[in-house]
Amino acid sequence: MSFAISLQNVTKKFNDFVAVDNLNLTVNRGDIYGFLGPNGSGKSTTLRMIMGLISPTTGNISLFGTALSENRSEIMRKVGCIIEKPDFYTYLTAHENLKLFARAHQLHYTESQYQDLYQLVGLYKREQGKVKTFSHGMKQRLGLAQALLHNPEMIILDEPNTGLDPQGIIDLRKLIMQLNAERGMTVLFSSHILTEVQEICNHMIVINKGKTIAQGNVQQLISSESLHVNLEVVDRPRALAFIQQSPWVSKLQQEINKTEQVIHFQMAKDEIPLLVQQLSAHNIDILSIDYRNQLEEYFLKITHS
Amino acid sequence: MKSFIAILNNELYKTMKRPRTYIGFGVIIFICAMLQAAFYHDGKEILSFVTQQLDMVFNVQGNILNGNLICFILLQTLIVQMPLLVALVTGDSVSGETASGTIRFLLTTPASRTKIILAKWLSGLFYTLVLLILLGIMALVVSRLIFGVGDLMAVNSDTLTIIRSDDLTWRWGYAFLIAFLSLGVVASLAQTLSCFIDNSITPIVSVMAIIIIFTIIGMFDLPSFDLIKPFLFTTHMISWKSLFEDPIPVKEIYFSCAVLLAHIILLLSISIYYFKRKDILT
Repeated sequence: MSFAISLQNVTKKFNDFVAVDNLNLTVNRGDIYGFLGPNGSGKSTTLRMIMGLISPTTGNISLFGTALSENRSEIMRKVGCIIEKPDFYTYLTAHENLKLFARAHQLHYTESQYQDLYQLVGLYKREQGKVKTFSHGMKQRLGLAQALLHNPEMIILDEPNTGLDPQGIIDLRKLIMQLNAERGMTVLFSSHILTEVQEICNHMIVINKGKTIAQGNVQQLISSESLHVNLEVVDRPRALAFIQQSPWVSKLQQEINKTEQVIHFQMAKDEIPLLVQQLSAHNIDILSIDYRNQLEEYFLKITHS
Repeated sequence: MKSFIAILNNELYKTMKRPRTYIGFGVIIFICAMLQAAFYHDGKEILSFVTQQLDMVFNVQGNILNGNLICFILLQTLIVQMPLLVALVTGDSVSGETASGTIRFLLTTPASRTKIILAKWLSGLFYTLVLLILLGIMALVVSRLIFGVGDLMAVNSDTLTIIRSDDLTWRWGYAFLIAFLSLGVVASLAQTLSCFIDNSITPIVSVMAIIIIFTIIGMFDLPSFDLIKPFLFTTHMISWKSLFEDPIPVKEIYFSCAVLLAHIILLLSISIYYFKRKDILT
């Protein structure tokens, strides 16, 4: 099997509240997969289901070709994660925490192997500090060390940039790219910030209220071939009358609000100057024009709602 | 099996590293030392008052205020406090991890939920055992060193039994074993509640509330209560005292042990069943 994660018709209900609604998701091995959605969209619930922390109400979850319900132990050896926020035993040191985790995985690491890991995540010489003295950013780094400790085939990171300083965010981004390029590690990366996902992911899914809004290749989703163009004009009825008799009518989007001054199109980026030129030629005054790619449009709708 | 031992080691390590674990040890040492000091200073006076009345019936000779009597008194006193000390650690075992979020740390390892609960339960029992061993050292060994060894004048509810000192060691052994079973029920109950509740304090308070309610039920001789009394674990928590009666009510002691053991098995089964299906939302 070439996929790392497969979710089929997964639904999670908490009494009457549907947190995840009939979600289908396939993450191929070697992908850096973005999981995007606003706060409360069902991202963390989905990630918890993938990690076996929550049982789905209906649907099937498989990792590396094996049903999670059948062989969770074996699957967990292949997966590292930070879910929600990295929580550790605050009365223990960072090193003691990692040793507990290593023991649970039945790993017998040498001190130098631990040191390499601390170096990798930027915790070198801080590992003997009690976790209760750590900032959120340091806990996030320790969380990353824990996720990578058993050299997993896949890591699941739930909003890992939270609490990191700008340099930390850059370091994390580099590390994810490096792990993916050098070790072929699959990464499932959740975020509520579009640009974060756009920058590092090759595939992505956007969810809201537990439902899939968009899914696919990031490049296709942010392609300039199909932009949402918003045109604000002085005399909208006149502008619409012109467009409806021109070839631009095929690019016209369904009217959302007829009282507004804006006309919506869907078109390629290089068509925009021609449209502006023709409207001007017919003395239709343009107040403003802006455009967004498909993904930005989806995300704007979500965050506005 | 190796993976289970690894998880158990982790649980023991965490228990021993937690500051609250040492509260129980400190309390036992303090209470024992305090009562031993009090008996050292005032014990003879109190006992001479008691034996004055007995002198009318018996000829009391020898050292009555000895280590065995002090241990008997300490055990009766501490049986009220011990459940709280046990619940303080075991009542937090799952709920504490749920509240702090470290439960995710545990459940994303290859260890199954059943193994995790069993490891936590065994770790709780180990803590209980250490607590009892400490009580045994402080109450019996230290008391014997301070007050010497002698026959035990055991006062039960309506009888006075005198047991020769050379007939006591095995009785103490079994008494501590029954005390361990009793506290094992408390530990199991605390852990079960800890699986259901997602904060640290409620399971500990709930255990104490249950013990208080059951003890009150046990105190009243009402026909409706008599039906349930034999099945309440609190009824059997003091059955260790029966070992200091003559003759020893063996059947009653066996029944008490069976009831306590049944409670442990039932509570552990409930916690495993529930925890395996629990959604981790924190």
